[in-house]
Amino acid sequence: MNELALLLAATLGAGTPIALAGMGLLVNERAGVLNLGAEGMMLVAAVTGFAVAFLTGNEWLGFGAGALAGAAVAAVFGWLVIWLQTNQYATGLAISLFGGGFSAFVGTAFVGRKLPGGAALPIPFLGDLPLIGPALFRQHLMVYLAMALAPAVALFLYRTRAGLVLRSIGEAPEVAHALGYPVRRIRLAAVMLGGALCGVSGAYLSVVYTPLWVEGMVAGRGWIALALTVFATWRPARILLGAYLFGGATMLQLFLQARGVQIGAQFMSMLPYVATVVVLVLISRNALFIRLNMPASLGKPFFPGS
Amino acid sequence: MIRLEVRPVPSTPMAVLSPLLALAFTVLAGSVLFAALGREPVRVLGLFLVEPFNGVRALSELGLKATPLILCALGLALCYRSNIWNIGAEGQFLFGAMAGGGLALWVTVRGLEVHPWTFFPFLILAGALGGAAWAGVVAFLRDRFNANEILVSLMLVYIASLFLDWLVFGPWKDPHGFNFPQTRRFAEGTAIPLIVPGLRLHWGLGVALLAALAMWLFIFRTYRGMQLQVGGPAPAAARYAGFSSRSALWTALLTSGGLAGVAGAFEVAGPMGQITPYVSSGYGFTAIIVAFVGRLHPLGCVLGSVVLSMFLIGGELAQSRAGLPSALTGVFQGVLLLALLGCDTLINYRLRWSAR
Amino acid sequence: MIPPRLELQHVTKRYGAVVANDDVALVVQPGEIHAVLGENGAGKSTLMKVIYGAARPDSGTLLWDGVPVEVRSPQAARELGIAMVFQHFSLFETLTVAENVWLGLARGTTLRSVVDGIRAKSEEYGLDLDPRRAVHTLSVGERQRVEIVRALLANPRLLILDEPTSVLTPQAVGKLFITLRRLAATGCSLLYISHKLDEIRALCHTCTVLRAGRVTGHCDPTQETTDGLSRLMIGASLPQLTRKAPHLGDVALAVQRLSVQSLGRFGTALEAVSLEVRAGEIVGIAGVSGSGQQELLAALSGEDPRGDGGAVQLFGHAVGKLRAGGRRRLGLHFVPEERLGRGAVPGLSLASNLLLTRSESVGRFGWIRRGALRKQAAAILQRFRVKAPGPAAIARSLSGGNLQKYIVGREIDAVPRVLIVSQPTWGVDVGAASQIRGELVALRDVGCAVLVVSEELEELFTVTDRLYVMARGRLSPPLDTDGATVETVGAWMSGLWPGGPAEAAARSGEAAR
Repeated sequence: MNELALLLAATLGAGTPIALAGMGLLVNERAGVLNLGAEGMMLVAAVTGFAVAFLTGNEWLGFGAGALAGAAVAAVFGWLVIWLQTNQYATGLAISLFGGGFSAFVGTAFVGRKLPGGAALPIPFLGDLPLIGPALFRQHLMVYLAMALAPAVALFLYRTRAGLVLRSIGEAPEVAHALGYPVRRIRLAAVMLGGALCGVSGAYLSVVYTPLWVEGMVAGRGWIALALTVFATWRPARILLGAYLFGGATMLQLFLQARGVQIGAQFMSMLPYVATVVVLVLISRNALFIRLNMPASLGKPFFPGS
Repeated sequence: MIRLEVRPVPSTPMAVLSPLLALAFTVLAGSVLFAALGREPVRVLGLFLVEPFNGVRALSELGLKATPLILCALGLALCYRSNIWNIGAEGQFLFGAMAGGGLALWVTVRGLEVHPWTFFPFLILAGALGGAAWAGVVAFLRDRFNANEILVSLMLVYIASLFLDWLVFGPWKDPHGFNFPQTRRFAEGTAIPLIVPGLRLHWGLGVALLAALAMWLFIFRTYRGMQLQVGGPAPAAARYAGFSSRSALWTALLTSGGLAGVAGAFEVAGPMGQITPYVSSGYGFTAIIVAFVGRLHPLGCVLGSVVLSMFLIGGELAQSRAGLPSALTGVFQGVLLLALLGCDTLINYRLRWSAR
Repeated sequence: MIPPRLELQHVTKRYGAVVANDDVALVVQPGEIHAVLGENGAGKSTLMKVIYGAARPDSGTLLWDGVPVEVRSPQAARELGIAMVFQHFSLFETLTVAENVWLGLARGTTLRSVVDGIRAKSEEYGLDLDPRRAVHTLSVGERQRVEIVRALLANPRLLILDEPTSVLTPQAVGKLFITLRRLAATGCSLLYISHKLDEIRALCHTCTVLRAGRVTGHCDPTQETTDGLSRLMIGASLPQLTRKAPHLGDVALAVQRLSVQSLGRFGTALEAVSLEVRAGEIVGIAGVSGSGQQELLAALSGEDPRGDGGAVQLFGHAVGKLRAGGRRRLGLHFVPEERLGRGAVPGLSLASNLLLTRSESVGRFGWIRRGALRKQAAAILQRFRVKAPGPAAIARSLSGGNLQKYIVGREIDAVPRVLIVSQPTWGVDVGAASQIRGELVALRDVGCAVLVVSEELEELFTVTDRLYVMARGRLSPPLDTDGATVETVGAWMSGLWPGGPAEAAARSGEAAR
């Protein structure tokens, strides 16, 4: 296979978990809730997904379990933040710390086990195209699903009444409350959906991508997905684009190593993190631009006063 | 049905009670977990709650763990009070470790004769500079480019950790170390003076306690400390008063980074005596929990550090004596913080029973 | 006999220890415009929330067309035929007019039908409105039209209006009343909440008066004098303010052609604003909210030091680049309209809140002398008759009126040479309001230059010596308050002064034709 095609294919694979998580967090943030617990939810989902896939031998059950685990952790977060009015930053951090500890604890039983890894699903005809075929169309089904998610989320947000309600809650929850919308329940639903997608992302990492369980294996992808929502200025299509850019940054190290570039391996591994910082710096430079695009109530508590 | 009702004034008793309630909840959750794993809850809990205090040697180890936690948590408490969400104390800790350890290594390689008490101030300075420099990156990117400090400070943790790896796998590797990723052992003179000969507890603890006292004075007794804290809960009031948010950002981050850096320098020059990839056992993250458990209050941070050190030691004991994974500590930490945040609701709200 | 449209019996609602509504009775007939009169904090808004389903009463009965009902939520209220126009508009800035209306209607309608509905209703009632425009581009008056059209599209049988005129020019109030009368003529009942006595006398058929949560009277407002209504509302005549002629000194604060872009998402840019305040006079700035007052105040106080350096001058010094602290050292003090979060830090004690603008109790090395600070705060509490447990009380535990007295007191106690006050009596009860106005006049009499920004015309006419009017980020030429009429100021609030933004727009429109 052509080296470039290989690189592209690997980029899509590496971008997929970030795209899934980023899309979930986008929905979540559009409702006005900032969940810094992404990393923790992904870790819990990764170990749950791995365990279920390992014990049942069915990777799709693994994804399902991952989604449920992510949604469950998100529900705890949502209950604390939305009903008990806890600080969103602190609670998200707590979820991330808890997820790290909990997944490591549960995962001790699965360290050193290996799954076969997901089989690629070549798309008929397209997969046979030269260069483009192996690069884009011989991927795991989840890669295509992640791609399809972007237009689906965009349609939901911009073309349905439910999407309009969700966005309006992210803009001005007091107003939505005054109009009689159940702001807290809708926010919880959005948070749980975000958690479920982070969960699928975590399960993809442990069931398909690696495919094994290692403590802390999410390695900051949850945080990168959070940065991605800023980078994408809360738009679905840009989440996908950004995710593949990060996937590319991850894969670049392999490419450079293959070329025999002499840099310490550690510097190569820094690439995605450095890229995240650089991207944040570039996008945030214009504070007004961020303010105009950010859901106005993001991170702010809402307490219905009656 | 229970409903929340805003209290006209936050409850002071609840602010004190909340960490205790959260601790009780965590212990209860632990008991259930142990019982579910088929262990005797009382025996395992003893490893967490009693053993860390059992005897002089145990207390020395407890103080040794509490020292970096106090230092990191003090800085974080200042940051969070100023509404600056530095979550990268771990990275600042590692840079402090590299700076302090680097200095000790340089003294060692040069073969300089130093006395521990003469080297101690230099060690503190090096650690503080290393940590503050790494936190300064966050401050600069936030100040100049408006980049979110939560994400940047966390990304810098990964980068710092990889950088440290590079050092110990590469240029700083002990040439006679059988290719292990670690530096040479530091010369005797670079070690931190011990408080009691024979025990590992060193005078870093004294520095940490002094820092707590200084922080208390700064936060509650000085105009500058008060200014810093207005920007957190009420940024519009800070602008109205004319307090500079930029200076608050830099002060909080540099102080916090400096303190975390000192903690890192103490860790390598104290108990370790060399730099390895495993310099930190997540002190920078645990310190976040300490800061919240300590109510973002300097003296609370000292108490919180004792509690969290207890969990750290308990986790090690649970592994060695009860064969439980040491990751148990992480579970406890997470549950403790979540429970605490939940209980904190009762400070600002009270529960009301309503008919419907 | 036709039963009343709405009847409340023995409605009581408590918030903690506060009884917001105590055994309230209310009867609204079909086609009636019924006023609910009361001053700030009398319980009007709570009562409306109960009727609209946004709050549950602790006891009492609601009868709708004579049938007992339980209104569990705003949706339930809408299904009964109750619609509401909120005081602080419940509109989403980033969405279009049509989307906003759509979100306020029951499910099952399409956006397209809503657009048609808006067109039809706005034609029927003469309310000019473009359904496709984004709300943040609309003026305050237009936003209220959105609210009203949204309410009308639900074909309500009872429409609640909560202080609907607080944001309108006098002329716009007149137009609104025409719409409301036409609506009442179709048989819809109206509940009109206000504390403005003239408006109630001009519009309403009956009036229920609330004081401290209880009904203190019913009357026919067309038969009552303003003084009679005020006695019902506050138990006394409205306090009168006496003032002497001003002794003018030198120019204290001068602004020359100040232009600033807005910092907010949907703010108003300032365009060549010029004004002058002399020592010993009170100057007012009138205008509907969102005309640029926020931006002007931030530029004057130093919270937004982006303006051109020389545009703002304090006693001849260019201070445009100084921040709030620097300008304060030159004698400029400011009372912002937001008390909690800007004028005071909610969670800090009254004594600590002094440190926001006063540093007399800060010793060497920035050490806070706590004893001195406490004494200083206690002195202010006493001098300005603030009801508070003491200097250690935290700011958010005070009532709005008392906290405002404390903040105004903090700034007056500093002996300012220039004092800028925004909305001095917003949400403050009548007693505190008259005390605050009296303090401002006393300050002017000792030679301080005072600038008052207010949306209440009545207040500006009572306290000021000269008036400017603000519209669309521009400032009118000054008027002598004694010679000015409500009609002139009202017209100017729409930008209709000679050379003002409205006239300029009209002229450029003609030129284009």
